[in-house]
Amino acid sequence: MFITRKAEFSASHLCRIEGWTDEKNQQTYGIASNPHGHGHNYVLEVTLEGEPDPVTGMVVDLKELKEVLEKEILAPMDHRFLNYEVPPFNRVVPTAENIALEIWKRLEHGLPPGRGRLHRVRLYETPDLYVDIGQEDVAR
Amino acid sequence: MTASVTRVYRFSASHRLHTAALSESENARIFGKCNNPYGHGHNYELSVTVHGPIDPQTGLVVPPAGLDSYVEDRVLRRFSNRNINKDVAPFATLVPTTENLTTVIADLLRAEWPFASDSSSVTLRRVHVQETPRNGFEFILERPHVPELNPAPASGLLKR
Repeated sequence: MFITRKAEFSASHLCRIEGWTDEKNQQTYGIASNPHGHGHNYVLEVTLEGEPDPVTGMVVDLKELKEVLEKEILAPMDHRFLNYEVPPFNRVVPTAENIALEIWKRLEHGLPPGRGRLHRVRLYETPDLYVDIGQEDVAR
Repeated sequence: MTASVTRVYRFSASHRLHTAALSESENARIFGKCNNPYGHGHNYELSVTVHGPIDPQTGLVVPPAGLDSYVEDRVLRRFSNRNINKDVAPFATLVPTTENLTTVIADLLRAEWPFASDSSSVTLRRVHVQETPRNGFEFILERPHVPELNPAPASGLLKR
């Protein structure tokens, strides 16, 4: 069974590689490379897979999951400029792909061992662009 | 590390569900108001999902502008503000149900897929067409894209 919890955070980012020309950055990232950055309302969907506990009927304690999301993701990232305030984005370009991957790593580290196993992280940068990270993407 | 990236596009078009293989009354019975003689329109929403390695330098699976211009060229310009039955080739004879539309769009996208190379295998993984907020249709492409000289019909490679 899959259980999905949603969370939102708003943050600034800037997609740009130092040492590249403006033109090359523009070709690669488009307007996301504008030098002073810009922001999004990111929407995060975290899906766990597991079997419900026979006594509680729960795959995971949602309150506990909410607290992990708050501690690992929202507190550090919400209302921040990712490039300047949230490592590793001082050296890793905070594309939606890289942010989703970082969220996966933080959750894998932060989630308590239990019945629910991290199955998918979906990160919407806008309603028209989202990234999925699943077990197949990190199991190597 | 790999990831799936989905971009959502929109186009508005009209269609009429009707097949010459059936009588007028059978068409009316099967397709209902979708068979009304002059057709009708929808605001379609197309989601295209690609899967592949995250480029270690750029952090991208595919440059968004590259995917956008490919989808624009292969799909959107053919369908946007068109009458699908009259303006889009296969639908002269193929009923433009959204099932068929999704298949044709998947084929159009696969046919000249430019994002796979020797060093990187960025594949088309999923095509989803939302006809209305209540009706959605989806193809999951199970197999990685393999360039073909003679593409087989979609039904041979695509699993619904």
